Parts: sequence; structure tokens; C-alpha cells
Amino acid sequence: MEILVCAKRVPDSSQNEIEPNASGNDINRDDLVYSINEADNYAVEEALQMVARNGGEVTVVTVGGDDDEEILRRELAMGANHAALISDEAITGSDGKGIATVLKAYVRKNHFDLILTGTQADDGAAQIGGMLAAMLDYPFASLVNSIRVVNPKTLEIIREIEGGDKEVNEIELPCVLSVQTGINEPRYVGMRGIRQAASLELPTFTLSDLGVDQSAVGEAAAKVKRDDYFSPESGKGAEILQGSRGEVVEKLIELLKAKGGLK
Amino acid sequence: MTPGIFALISHKNGVADDGAAELASASKKIDPGASPVVIVTGFGPELDTVCTGLGKLFGEIWKIAKPELAYPNAELVRNALLQVLPKSSILLVPHNHFGIDLSPGLSIKLNAAYVPDVVNIEDLRENSLALVRQEFGGQLSRHVSCDVSSGAVLNVRPGAFLPGEAAPLNGHVVDKSSEVTVRPAKRRFVKTMVADAGGVDISKEPILVSIGRGIQEPDNVALAQALADAMGAVLSCSRPVVDAKWLEKSRQVGTSGKTVKPRVYLACGISGSFQHLAGIKGNPFLVAINKNPKAPIFQAADVGIVDDLLQFLPELTSRIRKTSAMAAGR
Repeated sequence: MEILVCAKRVPDSSQNEIEPNASGNDINRDDLVYSINEADNYAVEEALQMVARNGGEVTVVTVGGDDDEEILRRELAMGANHAALISDEAITGSDGKGIATVLKAYVRKNHFDLILTGTQADDGAAQIGGMLAAMLDYPFASLVNSIRVVNPKTLEIIREIEGGDKEVNEIELPCVLSVQTGINEPRYVGMRGIRQAASLELPTFTLSDLGVDQSAVGEAAAKVKRDDYFSPESGKGAEILQGSRGEVVEKLIELLKAKGGLK
Repeated sequence: MTPGIFALISHKNGVADDGAAELASASKKIDPGASPVVIVTGFGPELDTVCTGLGKLFGEIWKIAKPELAYPNAELVRNALLQVLPKSSILLVPHNHFGIDLSPGLSIKLNAAYVPDVVNIEDLRENSLALVRQEFGGQLSRHVSCDVSSGAVLNVRPGAFLPGEAAPLNGHVVDKSSEVTVRPAKRRFVKTMVADAGGVDISKEPILVSIGRGIQEPDNVALAQALADAMGAVLSCSRPVVDAKWLEKSRQVGTSGKTVKPRVYLACGISGSFQHLAGIKGNPFLVAINKNPKAPIFQAADVGIVDDLLQFLPELTSRIRKTSAMAAGR
């Protein structure tokens, strides 16, 4: 089974305080820690486990710039067979549809039985997988947390619905699935592996390599434009307890007692 | 001319999703004079009960009744919508497990703009709709402008729009079933698996100590368990802790976990994504402990503590133990 995983490099929001820059048109990118989007890493692990059981190869693709090569190298070190970078100035400012258009062209140039993405990335949009599937006329399922091969043409997938319930579906190949975090336990990638992958030549494709018209992507084609960042309205906001740690502990205990938080 | 506004509502056991009133209210933010049409798909007497209920909120209800739509399969619902939606419509859908499944692909097939997880709607000028979304797990908001000239699909965050206070309507049902042909799907629903009821039932606990990614290591879970024991509380958690297999799924609070209604909720190292907050009901006394002062949890919390969890928790535990020992007269 030939599997493609679409991945994205993102600022790790669990390790960074994300703030708007001075003009508000971007985040402040000084000193940010970047990594592969967490759900995408689970998708790569799932793909690796599937080819280990069923044969085939895993390709990881990202749309971005030179800086984004680091996640491709990381996923190669993790065990992916191939990686590809799609990079073109004209892609800047694309909306979700623009990115899906580029990925569709890459898929059409190759042969994949299954395409995986993470459920969502830093922008919380959860849109690329479903868009890509519709463009390719492949079936799609989101929030997938289990994949089983039934036969060479069919998968059984389990997806999360509300309240911890799950939904079992059968889906025909080729298809696109967006994978939830927690579907597996992604393997550890050691520094040695990453160093070995550092010197690998990564195939890079431009829009013309993929036969994508520049007018189909970028800011001009985008129906959805992302404008300024701002801090969320703080609502009522929490009362922040001030003082030394000991003082804060004392204040909190009094509050907990008053609110019935101590039995 | 303002485009037609539609809302798609899912339902279960004859009851429409809570999002119905929120979508009615969201459509008024696009156009205060809007008369949105609600679309429901399904089959049988349950569907008619849903239509009747929705008549209070919407002036017009489009019913698509087909045996194949008895369970909401996004692929089949998409095809049905493509057959009935007028050109250049604006369609509102709740941003839940069904909307995430349906809307991105639907927007492609409609050649319409798509904006996921909309938290606010500011205004519509000419064909440009000004919206607000959030990024980075709710740490930042962002203005988004959406060209609706060829229609739009907007997935609306559950809970973001307060239901309006308009007088109840007396909506009429339009049966659109005959306009829809159902074709075989490449994705087929097999069955639903109900969450495992085993283990602890956090949904009934009055005091919860809840841990998130900030707990960092599986070994540190014991720090939170010790605090819970000292408080007489039960341990719960957010999604990353379950993803990492540090606690069992039955302890997860949020849309993909349990809904809880405690008196006191102590969120330790939880950033506060909307999926997590949506699982906390009943307006508990919410305390957030997080080292990141920008964490969205501080907007939802009553009291916040900006500190290192791994230092703070043991000190709190030890102080509570001393307090209760004194109270016991020892």
C-alpha cells in the first residue's frame, strides 16, 4: 500500500507563548520552537505501522519553504521512505483551498492508495484533508482513531464522535483520512537518525513542476483572507493570585474551603 | 442583495442539536433582517419531531427524508445538499464531528468559500464577510475576511453565539425529499460504539483535579493524584494526557470525552481549548494553574495561578494535609 502523509511545520504552542507582532499581521516569530504538527506525526506513525503490516511505502509531503525541510528530515529519520517539499513564492497567501489545490496536483503526479493528514494544525482549521478528498473525488473521513485493512480495496475505520462515542465506517480506497492524536504511540526519533537524514537530498517541486497555474493559488485566488491577529477578549478573566508561592497556596486554600472544594 | 442564508442541523432521538438556536442567532449577525432556512436530513417519525421543534427558531424548514439518511453520513448529506442548495448560498454548520467531516469537501463541490470554527461574525459589506477565528489553541484571535460572492460554508463554533431572544416563530416545513436522489456512497456507516462505561464516573464528581499537557511526564501524575486525595477530589484530564496513555479515556473531559458538572474544577497545566471547556458545565468554581500567562484557560477561570505546576502542586498538597490534620485536632 502506497501511503502519502501531508504534514505541516508549526510553532509548538505547548512550548511557546504566541503573541501578535507589532503590526498584528503575523505572530512574533523570534525564539519560537517549531516542530511537526502533532497530529501529522501521529499520521506518519500510523502510515509506518500500516506498511509494516501490509507492505508498501510511506511518502511525507509538505507545502512551505526551506525551513520546513526539517520536519521532512525528521519523518525520514522516523522511517518514512520518501519526502517531498512543494515550494513556490506564488503559494504565499493561499487559503485552505489553495493548499489543497497544490497537494491535489502532487497526488495526481504520483500513485497513492491512501492519503493521511493530521486532524488539525496550528490554525485549528481541520480543512485540508476534506478539501483534497473532494478535489480528487475520493471518499473522506475525519477524526479517525483506528484504521484496519479489510481487503485491498476497503478499510474499516473508527472515528470519534461526541461524548467519547465512536463510529465505525467502511471506506473504499483510494481515500483521504484525517487522523486524531492518540491513534498510536509515535516512535522516538533519536538525534543520530536526524543527523543521518540531514544530508539527504529532498526532492523539491515548484508549481510549474506540478502543472499548477499560478492564478489558482496564492493571495489573489484566496476567497478567505487572514487579516490581523489580536488577543482574545478576556471575558471576565481570572483573578490572578499574587504573592509568594506560600501566600498563593494559603489564598487558594481559603477560596477552596469557601467554594466547597475541600472535603 | 444579501444571499440566502441556510443552517444545517443534526439531530439525535428526535431532538435537534443545541446548535440550532446558535445558528439562528449567527445568521442574524450576518444580516439582521435574514430569514434563515434550516435544513434537516434523516428519516421516519423522528425527523418530523425534529422539524416541529425547529419551527420555533426558523421560519422555514427544509426536510430531506430518505431511508439512506437515517444515520448522518457526510458523503450522502453532501450529495443531498448539492441537489437542493441555491447557488451562492451561505450555509452555517456547527463545527462539530459532523461539520468537520462534511464542510471542507462540500465547499469545494459548491465552489464556495469555507471558514472553519468561526467564533464571531462582525459584518457583511458588499460581498466581504468579516469574521473572527482563533488560532494556536485559542491563544490568539484573528480577523478573517471571506468573499461570499460565490457562496460560503461557515462552520460555527458550538457555544460561541448566544441564542437570541426573538419571539418563537411558527415555521413551515417544506418537503424537499423528492428533489434528492441518493447515490451509493464510497464510505458506509457500520455501527456506533458507545463509550466504555467502565472505570471512574467523573461526570458525577463534585470536585475534580484535572491535569493537562503541563504535567509533562507520566511520573508526575502522582503529584496530581496526591493533591486529589488530600482534597477529597477525583482526578480527570484533558485530551493530551489520554493521547499519551497516562490516564484512561474515561477520565477525559471535553467534546471527545465526558461532560462534567462539578462544584469545583482545578485545571492544572491545561491550556483550555474550546473542545475541553465545552465539557465543563454547570459554571463551577474554576481554578487554573498554568505557567503560560497567555493560556486561554485564564479567560474561562475564576481564579488563576501563574506558576510551575510541578513545584506548586506538592506545596498545595502538603499545606492542605496540614490544614486538615489541624482541623482534626491532631
